Amino acid sequence: MTHAGDLPVWAAIATSCLVLLGAGLTLVGALGLLRLKTFYERVHAPTLGATWGAGGILLGSILLFTVLQSRPVLHEALIAVFVTVTTPVTLMLLTRAAVYRDRSEGKDIPRP
Amino acid sequence: MSASILSWSLLTAQILLGIAMIIACIRMIRGPRAQDRIVALDALYVNGMLLLLVFGMSTAVTHYFEAALVISVLGFVSTAALAKFLMRGEVIE
Amino acid sequence: MKLLPYPLLTASLLAMWLLLNGLSMGQFVLGTVIAIAVGSVTAALQPAKPRFKRWYLLPKLVAIVLADIWRSNIAVARLILRKDQSRRVSGFVVVPLELRDPLGLAILACIVTSTPGTAWVEHDSTSNKLLLHVFDLVDEQHWIDLIKQRYEHLLLEILA
Repeated sequence: MTHAGDLPVWAAIATSCLVLLGAGLTLVGALGLLRLKTFYERVHAPTLGATWGAGGILLGSILLFTVLQSRPVLHEALIAVFVTVTTPVTLMLLTRAAVYRDRSEGKDIPRP
Repeated sequence: MSASILSWSLLTAQILLGIAMIIACIRMIRGPRAQDRIVALDALYVNGMLLLLVFGMSTAVTHYFEAALVISVLGFVSTAALAKFLMRGEVIE
Repeated sequence: MKLLPYPLLTASLLAMWLLLNGLSMGQFVLGTVIAIAVGSVTAALQPAKPRFKRWYLLPKLVAIVLADIWRSNIAVARLILRKDQSRRVSGFVVVPLELRDPLGLAILACIVTSTPGTAWVEHDSTSNKLLLHVFDLVDEQHWIDLIKQRYEHLLLEILA
């Protein structure tokens, strides 16, 4: 941690809170993956880590490197855009695949 | 002072994300069906990417952020391909 | 063939290239060549150009969605950590929609799926109904109203 020596205390505390919030939400999402009973319930769990879980860590990183002024914060912005665009798409594709498989096995999934 | 606050919280975050990755692995091994495994794999990708971000924050090495970007791109493509495979039984029609 | 069929796409590609590789004359030339090439290749795919009539409402939509995602993050985290999982009922809800614009539907799908607690399952374009999976299904009508009044109204207004 040599690069953070001259960081003001408020920035350190704010970054810590954001990062711990993000990591905590991600862990809760993973726990949901383990605890919930059916596939359609489990699809909801990873969105926790992908929305504010990733958001907290990225905001913390942006704050840290902006205050330190060591480098511009471009990668974080790109990752944030990418995660917000891709996560819903993958989850939607997976639910559709699961619905298709369940229907072809004769399980009762309502039709719109 | 501020460096020690930051290093402790980043270490805690790394441990939390590591546990999250282990849990996703357990769900991936347990299944029971292919779609459950793929959801767990996708969560594993996201958690791994976040872990790399935290590594990048604690060392200030830019390459970690580039690796995280690559992981998020590859994770998206592979999950989309696997979902397509579940639906049709083949990736390219 | 036009040189710049999608100027916004070309500009944002060039901006991303420069942000990732650093600002220098050589990178600028290389980025411009790549951005123009990708722009004209995209024209072969003929993607529909988005038409935002009231684009100034977009920040409002983003703010509403971020706040909702935050609230449902907390709600779903609580539900996951609760001891007895059997008390919670989750299930499918059918929502009739008025929105028909493909772009609007795509935005709605992204909003619904990235909010923890609701997941987009299927959309039937002939009856224009949407099948939704809801994590904590107490009252069906509540979720239908939420989708229709909070998001669909605003999207209809933006795209109308």
